[in-house]
Amino acid sequence: MATSTPIDFKKVAIDVVVAALMALIVFGPIVGVVLDGYSFNLQPSRVAWMVLAVMVGRGVLSVFLQTPRGAAMLHGLESGGAGVHVRQPDYKSRLRWIIPLLIVVALVFPVFASKYLLVVVIGGLIYVLLGLGLNIVVGLAGLLDLGYVAFYAIGAYGLALGYQYLGLGFWSAIPLAAIAAALAGCILGFPVLRMHGDYLAIVTLGFGEIIRLVLNNWLDFTGGPNGVPVPSPTFLGLEFGRRAKDGGVPIHEFFGFEYNANAKFIFLYAVLFLIVLLVLYVKHRLTRMPVGRAWEALREDEIACRAMGLNHVLVKLSAFTLGASTAGIAGVFFASYQGFVNPTSFTFFESALILAIVVLGGMGSTVGVVIAAFVLSTAPELLRSFADYRVLLFGMLMVLMMIWRPRGLIRVSRTGVALRKGVAP
Amino acid sequence: MMDGIFLQQMINGLTLGSVYGLIAIGYTMVYGIIGMINFAHGDVYMVSCYLAAIGLAVLSYFGLESFPFLILGTLIFTIVVTAVYGLVIERVAYKPLRNSTRLAPLISAIGISLILQNYVQIAQGSRQQGVPTLLEGGWRFDFAKGFVQISFTKLFIIIAAFVGMAVLTYIIKYTKLGRMCRATQQDRKMASILGINTDRVISYVFIIGAAMAALAGVLVTMNYGTFDFYAGFIIGIKAFTAAVLGGIGSLPGAMLGGLILGVAESQFSGLVNSDYKDVFSFGLLVLILIFRPQGLLGRPLVTKV
Repeated sequence: MATSTPIDFKKVAIDVVVAALMALIVFGPIVGVVLDGYSFNLQPSRVAWMVLAVMVGRGVLSVFLQTPRGAAMLHGLESGGAGVHVRQPDYKSRLRWIIPLLIVVALVFPVFASKYLLVVVIGGLIYVLLGLGLNIVVGLAGLLDLGYVAFYAIGAYGLALGYQYLGLGFWSAIPLAAIAAALAGCILGFPVLRMHGDYLAIVTLGFGEIIRLVLNNWLDFTGGPNGVPVPSPTFLGLEFGRRAKDGGVPIHEFFGFEYNANAKFIFLYAVLFLIVLLVLYVKHRLTRMPVGRAWEALREDEIACRAMGLNHVLVKLSAFTLGASTAGIAGVFFASYQGFVNPTSFTFFESALILAIVVLGGMGSTVGVVIAAFVLSTAPELLRSFADYRVLLFGMLMVLMMIWRPRGLIRVSRTGVALRKGVAP
Repeated sequence: MMDGIFLQQMINGLTLGSVYGLIAIGYTMVYGIIGMINFAHGDVYMVSCYLAAIGLAVLSYFGLESFPFLILGTLIFTIVVTAVYGLVIERVAYKPLRNSTRLAPLISAIGISLILQNYVQIAQGSRQQGVPTLLEGGWRFDFAKGFVQISFTKLFIIIAAFVGMAVLTYIIKYTKLGRMCRATQQDRKMASILGINTDRVISYVFIIGAAMAALAGVLVTMNYGTFDFYAGFIIGIKAFTAAVLGGIGSLPGAMLGGLILGVAESQFSGLVNSDYKDVFSFGLLVLILIFRPQGLLGRPLVTKV
């Protein structure tokens, strides 16, 4: 279409006036009248700025959508787009250079890092683990899990309470937390996964709240809001403290090096990094196995899959429990790096944050999730002054991403297969 | 065992339940018409609580003291502004996603929910807000074992909620708008072929849902007096539980489900343990979905190709 229609400024004006009126009604009372006890303070200038911003935004959008590019974009938004981008069969990804490079950087990193940087990066890696786990559930299998943080809590409290009541340590807690979280996922998921997908979202949301409320209210067992202390991790029975606590040997005495306060964090970083690599590899393989293909097929069209003879409950359940067990492992790391757990770490906001990681990174895309996890978990460290607006920004991010790119920033792409010569098509 | 506590919790439960029913209407109508769980609905209710308090404060600042005018003015103000919220949210966050993937509107709704919470927190501050008691007094009945107290506020809430539901039932059953809603709910494509502007009907449904939530917001604010920006989350899940309990998509089901959930929750907190009343409600939700996903009055969901 070469002919460009002139911009209809009357329509733009009407759009702007309607938007301004709506903005005035919506923002006027809540932003302009601030409650103060049983009386109020007026703040009209805030309302004026917000209405002005809405008017300008609406005007620009209205003009843009009437240009040919805007019309093309609007059309692109409405069509939704395909699920997976297929590359040429002989395509070689640049990732095969980037990944070894990143691993080398990650191995060298703790030698130079300060304690603050180590703590931030460990936090980031925990979110990578959580993002990868939820990505299996939401991104690959298309099941919306809003109580993902419950499995994270099971892992964290598994270590804390396991140490308190059963004397479990860091190493035994990792597999046990994974199993406990997977079992919880299985028990919750099995009945619910038979039903319509949207119900899963609300049931998991309820489950997440149940876990948090029980942790908060069961004072005798979990310590309630006061939380539970978590033991330091050990390596082959060696401790990381300056002095051994109960009959153990500190690691710096055993190997005869200078005491280093970072040792505990370097150790946690190393183990966490290995586990993230392992999970990445497992996920990479799983998406190429029948079960991984079944997850994605089920996400795209459930009825067709069932007609082809897939057991939809078992396929979904495998994704759900696998995601849950990843969260359980992440919980163990979270608990031992904090040294303490309490229920405020496991609110719905945490679930929403992990969901934002998956949504931003691209549903099903591993690279995207790793990047998004680091960006979203370290962004609050960099943007301390915007701390009040963090939740607002996450919310806007979710809405805009769904409108603009419902499948995430990074496209899921897969290398195609060439037909061999001499094989009948 | 008809002792005082049981009857008192029954009355508290009916009050709470009629509020749940009003909010559940928003969930059930939206689900019925576009098959989407509107996660932001609880937060629309929260906004309406703030609007009710603001309305009361402004009206009493202008010297309006008599209860009927005060409450009527607050109701009209809150319902109109909250309805605009419902409309704007639908236009901005859900309408562009009508043909998108199945998860997209759900995630967008969670985004709106976070936005509303944080926006109110920034605009109004994160402390608890409150309103003065408007309607004093009540009836008190003495028994051999204890007593029962029915405050006028509770009576007003139950009556107002039932009037609201009756008006809505009338609209859906006997007016042209109601017929358009029902037609769109039964078959959206067929309704649009027959000349119904389904996009507009969907907007109306969001407006009606928000208006009902606004009524609930005014009533709850009157009864409990305090609220904060986080109030919509828990009550939202509970109202959704009520909608599922009654059968999602069914209007009488939402009201019935609300009343049953309210009474069950009040009895649980009165007779067993009030710390775990939220756990009880969410547990009930999980159990209903496992054993009777179509609810009490709903029809089983059939998926067609």
